[in-house]
Amino acid sequence: MSRTNDRKPRVLAVSSGGGHWVELLRLAPAFTDCDMAYVTVVSDYRDQIPSSARFHTVVDVTRWNKLKWLLCAAQLARIIAKERPAFVITTGAMPGYLACRIAKVLGAKVAWLDSIANVEELSRSGQLAGRFVDLWLTQWPHLADSNGPEYRGAVL
Amino acid sequence: MIFVTVGHQMPFDRLVMAVDAWAGRAGRADLFAQVGDAKYEPSHMEWVRSMSGQEFRDRVADAELVVAHAGTGTILTALELGTPILVMPRFAQLRETRNDHQIATARRFHELGKVSLAKDEQELSGVLDRLAEIRSGPRIPAEASAELIDVVRGFIFGLNQSI
Repeated sequence: MSRTNDRKPRVLAVSSGGGHWVELLRLAPAFTDCDMAYVTVVSDYRDQIPSSARFHTVVDVTRWNKLKWLLCAAQLARIIAKERPAFVITTGAMPGYLACRIAKVLGAKVAWLDSIANVEELSRSGQLAGRFVDLWLTQWPHLADSNGPEYRGAVL
Repeated sequence: MIFVTVGHQMPFDRLVMAVDAWAGRAGRADLFAQVGDAKYEPSHMEWVRSMSGQEFRDRVADAELVVAHAGTGTILTALELGTPILVMPRFAQLRETRNDHQIATARRFHELGKVSLAKDEQELSGVLDRLAEIRSGPRIPAEASAELIDVVRGFIFGLNQSI
């Protein structure tokens, strides 16, 4: 790690595949001057991020498969212990939730941006994340609530 | 070229079968499909199971129309590249997805004038018959709204008053 990078905020950006990943990439301008690492579930996505950023993959996980949960959490714990991010930003879903939980315990500030795919209600993982994240966002004005997530713009 | 895509996570044979049948009826030989882990093998379209992210973008950019499940990754890519997109939502009841969020996503993006919508196979065939009428939604930039970028940046650099 160079001295220059030590002064840049260290950010871990996390998402599952498909839409979650496309939405995360659209936030890229927010990460200028950050020391970036990305975590996703498809190794092929490596070539879509700047070469200066570090890249990790974990096993994809849904709500039902408990064994995969454990594996994914273990992989994330290892990555987060190594990266020591000051900030975690995720667009969901479950791997992003797990990353937020683990990083929060280790002192990071964590932000949840619920996917634009969740039009009628917040995702289950987004509802769970709302209990502890530092920044909780929905991309639909009608889902914003004073006790719930804020609406502060969308990925399009 | 018409590009048919079901995304990387789950197959969507109902969509692939419907478009394949239409291609046969319409006598179109210029369709290309990404079908995932499908059981059904198209007979009127060239097809692959998966492709790289870059090839996916290239296919969307080159296509006259994208026909897809109502996945936001595909919708955002088509809007960014200015290619018209026709979506058909997956149904949880048919085990095509885990919940019915695609129905609401498709309806909302359709109401906003960003996508064409077919609720099911019958509608899909009808919309494809009127192919020339399908217009692309307004093109979107390659990045999120300035407001959202500022909020995330403020979160990281401590500039955001509301946090």
